[in-house]
Amino acid sequence: MCRHNFVIDLLVRNHAGVMSQITGLFSRRNFNLEGIVCGPVGDGGESRMILTVAEDSKLEQIMLQLEKLYDVLEVKQVQNYPLTDVFGRL
Amino acid sequence: MEISGAKLVIKLLEQQRIDIVCGIPGGSNLPIYDALRDSSIKHILARHEQGAGFMAQGMARTTGKAAVCMGTSGPGVTNLLTAIADARLDSIPVVAITGQVTSTLIGTDAFQEVDTYGLTIPITKHNFLVQSAEDLLEIIPEAFRLAESGRPGPVVVDIPKDVQKEIIEIAEISTAPAQKAEIAAGDSESIEKAVEMINKSRRPIIYAGGGCVAADASADLLKFARRNSIPVVTTLMGLGVFPHGDPNYLGMLGMHGSRSTNMVMEEADLIIALGVRFDDRAVGKATEFCKHADILHVDIDRSEIGKIKSSNLSINGDVGQVLHELVGKVEASIRIGWSARIASIRMMYPDVRPDEQDIFHPLNLIRVMGETLPDDAIITTDVGQHQMWVAQGYPFRKPRTLLTSGGLGTMGFGLPNAIGAALAKPDKKVVCVSGDGSILMNIQELATLAEQHLNVKVLIMNNNRLGLVRQQQALFFEERFFASSFESNPDFASIARGFGIPSFDLGEQENPELFLRKVLGQDGPCVINIPINFENKVFPMVPPECANREMIGG
Repeated sequence: MCRHNFVIDLLVRNHAGVMSQITGLFSRRNFNLEGIVCGPVGDGGESRMILTVAEDSKLEQIMLQLEKLYDVLEVKQVQNYPLTDVFGRL
Repeated sequence: MEISGAKLVIKLLEQQRIDIVCGIPGGSNLPIYDALRDSSIKHILARHEQGAGFMAQGMARTTGKAAVCMGTSGPGVTNLLTAIADARLDSIPVVAITGQVTSTLIGTDAFQEVDTYGLTIPITKHNFLVQSAEDLLEIIPEAFRLAESGRPGPVVVDIPKDVQKEIIEIAEISTAPAQKAEIAAGDSESIEKAVEMINKSRRPIIYAGGGCVAADASADLLKFARRNSIPVVTTLMGLGVFPHGDPNYLGMLGMHGSRSTNMVMEEADLIIALGVRFDDRAVGKATEFCKHADILHVDIDRSEIGKIKSSNLSINGDVGQVLHELVGKVEASIRIGWSARIASIRMMYPDVRPDEQDIFHPLNLIRVMGETLPDDAIITTDVGQHQMWVAQGYPFRKPRTLLTSGGLGTMGFGLPNAIGAALAKPDKKVVCVSGDGSILMNIQELATLAEQHLNVKVLIMNNNRLGLVRQQQALFFEERFFASSFESNPDFASIARGFGIPSFDLGEQENPELFLRKVLGQDGPCVINIPINFENKVFPMVPPECANREMIGG
């Protein structure tokens, strides 16, 4: 079974290319991305993205690189997020 | 007033005080070019979009201000990619404005359609696909702000043709200069700690990089190093930020740095890392780099701190601001013991110089260049042995006088960057040092050079080889040479003449040294082919993935 130890909660600008910006960062820097849930919030101008990453020594670097993205408005690392159950049931 | 998207783009560029753009028109950016025709902005028609991208870099690298290049959709964009990726790795502010097929055609595999947005995500600081002409009002100024602020970098603005043609109603555009982004100062508590760390250290060394150039921190760096008597090493990107010949200057570190420089660093107890990213070419095997020293890392980009090497203290802020603080706060010191130790290490490992009579040795040619050219001459290089010889041998004394592809290592960089530099600084002497491999990668820009009649000299160090590849095959592949020598090599002097540029072969001159000095002293463009011995190697050299103390040769 996959372990989803780390959950990153992002608030991003909502537009057609934003998912590519986030996933592109992970592939470009050889970071390990395990799961994504994404949906618009508020009036639809912004989206929330929940990412799960496997235990990874690069976590700090991932957070720092995410913070630099123009489309990323907020980065939080959260624990025991209920969504990890969703991922568990996949 | 009513205005088209295309005209709005040009108006907004004028608002940003852009006076030159480099590019090539095509089907999808013709409305922008039509609007450009009526503008006071000068357009430089490159002969390949990569050339246009590198010309913009040449302007940006010499001025520190964002410069603009343009290309059409499809191949226009794919040709720009190398120059954009290069700007990203060296943190150069470039705004690329690209045409895109009409919105309704996006995704249909239309003629000259390519996914510019997707292609440029990993190689830009940020990119925009413009959805409506009105959005341009926000996106264009934002693109410039992003390119220049914080850690600079390239920004792509992709504009579909229908957006360029869309007519919108807007209020008059202000001609006031754009507001400058705020500069991030370092936090004062960390600066106090840094001062204490520096004052307490016995054997400190400043390791300065491209960030000091970007922050225009040269003057404060000089004051800081002198006040506390701290020796300075620079990276390739940092060359010129500290004056060659200053008693505190130890030269370039790393793979092709001086032996004494790398050995001095081994003995340091504090590394003051300023605007650097601990690149493998500079630090060698990272775990072995200055193992016994504490590290104080100052960088504008928080994600660079601890990325390769963890630091004992870090300051996240503009290195210029931080240096300005440090200058006023560190105590004056003379560090007699440390400077004596450094002097003795430098005696132990003297730089190996070629016989001065051997005028065709690249290091001698570069010495002659250094003796002939003024301090503010701008040198551009391509990539390979000649690039490293320039880095080792040319006495850079001012920031922004060396334009070289540090991060991406792009052959073909030198000529278009020299053109860009000469466009931005028409009163300066510009010399492109290239090789016979590199020059062919953007030789078409000789046409642009001839057309603009710029003050650019091109020196081609011709060994009929991909010299640095051959050197690696000699050193690390038991001399199994393959694909590193050219069976046919063109006559560069004839080619340049064909482009309408005066050109010479240094090998045919009676007194080559005098001839070189004379040509460098003249105005206008010139190409000089210089035959060099293919056995010359760049030494010393740190083998890849080795510690810097494990240098070979030299």
